[in-house]
Amino acid sequence: MLEFDKILLSVYTSLSAWFASNGIPVIWLDLLVMCISGIVIIAFVAVACLFLVWWERKISAHIQDRLGPMRTGPHGVLQTLVDGLKLLQKEDIVPRAADKRVYFWAPVVAFVAAYMAYIVIPFGKGLIARDLNVGILYVIAITTFTVISLLMAGWGSNNKYALLGGMRSAAQIVSYEVPLTISVLGAVMLAGTMSMNGIVEAQGPYFWKWYWLPQILGFGIYFVAATAEVNRTPFDLPEAEQELVAGFNVEYSGMKFAMFFLAEFVNMFTVSAIATTLFLGGWQPPIPGLSFIPSWIWFLGKTLALVFVLMWFRWTYPRLRVDQLMGFAWKFLLPLSFINLFLTGIGVQIFK
Amino acid sequence: MEDLRDEEFLINMGPQHPSTHGVLRLMLKMDGEFIRELTPYVGYLHRSIEKIAENRTYNQFAPFTDRIDYCASMPSNQAWAVAVEKLGAIEVPERAEYLRVIMTELNRIASHLIYLGVMSLDLGAVTPFLYTFREREKILDLFEMTCGQRLTYHYIRIGGVSRDIPPQFDKFCKDFIKDFRHKLDDYHAILTENPIFLGRTKGVGVLPLDLAKNYGASGPTIRGSNFAWDIRKAEPYSVYNKLRFEIPIGKNGDTWDRYIVRMDEMRQSCNLIEQAMEGLPQSDVIRAKLPAVLRPPKGEVFSRIEAPRGEMGYYIVSTGDKKPYRVKIRTASYGNLQVLGPISIGWKIADLVAIFGSLDVILPEVDR
Repeated sequence: MLEFDKILLSVYTSLSAWFASNGIPVIWLDLLVMCISGIVIIAFVAVACLFLVWWERKISAHIQDRLGPMRTGPHGVLQTLVDGLKLLQKEDIVPRAADKRVYFWAPVVAFVAAYMAYIVIPFGKGLIARDLNVGILYVIAITTFTVISLLMAGWGSNNKYALLGGMRSAAQIVSYEVPLTISVLGAVMLAGTMSMNGIVEAQGPYFWKWYWLPQILGFGIYFVAATAEVNRTPFDLPEAEQELVAGFNVEYSGMKFAMFFLAEFVNMFTVSAIATTLFLGGWQPPIPGLSFIPSWIWFLGKTLALVFVLMWFRWTYPRLRVDQLMGFAWKFLLPLSFINLFLTGIGVQIFK
Repeated sequence: MEDLRDEEFLINMGPQHPSTHGVLRLMLKMDGEFIRELTPYVGYLHRSIEKIAENRTYNQFAPFTDRIDYCASMPSNQAWAVAVEKLGAIEVPERAEYLRVIMTELNRIASHLIYLGVMSLDLGAVTPFLYTFREREKILDLFEMTCGQRLTYHYIRIGGVSRDIPPQFDKFCKDFIKDFRHKLDDYHAILTENPIFLGRTKGVGVLPLDLAKNYGASGPTIRGSNFAWDIRKAEPYSVYNKLRFEIPIGKNGDTWDRYIVRMDEMRQSCNLIEQAMEGLPQSDVIRAKLPAVLRPPKGEVFSRIEAPRGEMGYYIVSTGDKKPYRVKIRTASYGNLQVLGPISIGWKIADLVAIFGSLDVILPEVDR
């Protein structure tokens, strides 16, 4: 009943039959499907953001011995919606000295970059907008766009704190991109494909065969580097509130601020979804006997569990310093990820 | 690396900045992330408290002392009371002295809890802040049940204290101390054993002892630099010479040492409170009999006590009138803030926040 892929497939076949009977070229059907999947992803991203923001507030509250939002809806579930409405009404302030165009486009780039990664994420069996054969490469390429948006925001605001934040983020994301990419390669070598769906299918429905076990090092490196990628504590230097006030988004208000804010949550979900796909078997159930539960539930469950860990980090750890952050990436994570790659290569040759 | 250096730029940090703990303004000359020059500008919170003192009677001025260090009002009250008592040679009932010790040590814990929370907040860890405030609430409850106030107590009056502790105080206080010892272990678990916290504090902002002495730093700031200087031991006032406690000291004078000194001091304060609760004499007299308008004899007096942030001293010149002729307040934060410049040069802006947090400066005390 909840197997969306079968429903979608039957809708697609009936639509293509209808298109064929009316003599419309198939390309129009493909365009239609693309538009619809784009809209569906936007809707999903919006809902996911609403949920994640609320969830983070609740988790932080419970970690800190508080209740968190309680007034808007049961247990404050409508809090994010109300906050969003508030941000929509806020005055859109553009600093006089700002580089107006760069300032305007920075949040857009941030959000679009975060959103585009969702095209290749396999939400369930057959639930993938485009199963690119270079899927994981595409994700890494797209998510790096975030750094451009942060640099744009830092530069465009014409504020010293924002500039320091933008510079920090550029240095940080570029550095952590390297161990992240190399740790991803381990899983790609095991699966023999870069297609996201292909990697999931290669892992099979047995949890001990998923890549977290042979790639335990890679999984760890990926997760640490991913935390840095999405600028979360202990790597939240670009927005380090206590040092840089708010970092790159210090001059932003209203909906532009909300775009940055939402992009952070979208990115958080993205990196968790990729970790799920690469190391935790994606939408596969842990044992075949549990396959009666729809695949997308498995995917969401695993992803949200990882998101929870990210939030847990955030509300537990202090923040690193810039040089410690860089040292950690280049002197520790990078050599470790090369070792992982090397060992994986040997392993793949031996156990082929 | 030298030829990569670019022009220096100025950053105005504060008075509205999340981690300047109020209204401190720092002018930073930055070289990228590095601090080359630091100038603190104080005075945003100046309320002419010393001048006000000249226009009030001795008892009328006492509530103003609450506002000097609002995170630790009890010691501020006590410093004034002790100075006036010394001036007027007033004998304080023993029960009142024990109550003073209980209250000031509780306030010391409350003040150090604010330090601990804010320090971890400055380092990016938000959660300990709420934990410490949860514990501080319990101390404030104890104060509230005693004197009805939660921030500015005006509890320690000249010649004694304003009122006796209620009957339930004993149980609540003992429960709190018992519970708080476990909570201290929790703080150690979440911060002291955290490698990121260690990395951010060990070796950062080393304050050499001679520098600390030259600038008049005191309290945990100078004790962190391996110098056992505590007024409670050096010039015992109240009943501190009857109580057993140790002075925790640091080794290197870095941010970490100042942190661990305060953590250990909270434990010592727990011991002190327990001893004072044990030794509390049964008596109805909690305040010396004094005339309605106090006229201390002509003369000058300086007396100091150990406030949570360091030495707090009052210099009073009396002409035998009902109002003091001149009052000078020596606060710990003023001396402690001055070392910020010399010890944070060459460190990064993130370290500045950590160093400043570790000095535990409170701005109303600097400006008065």
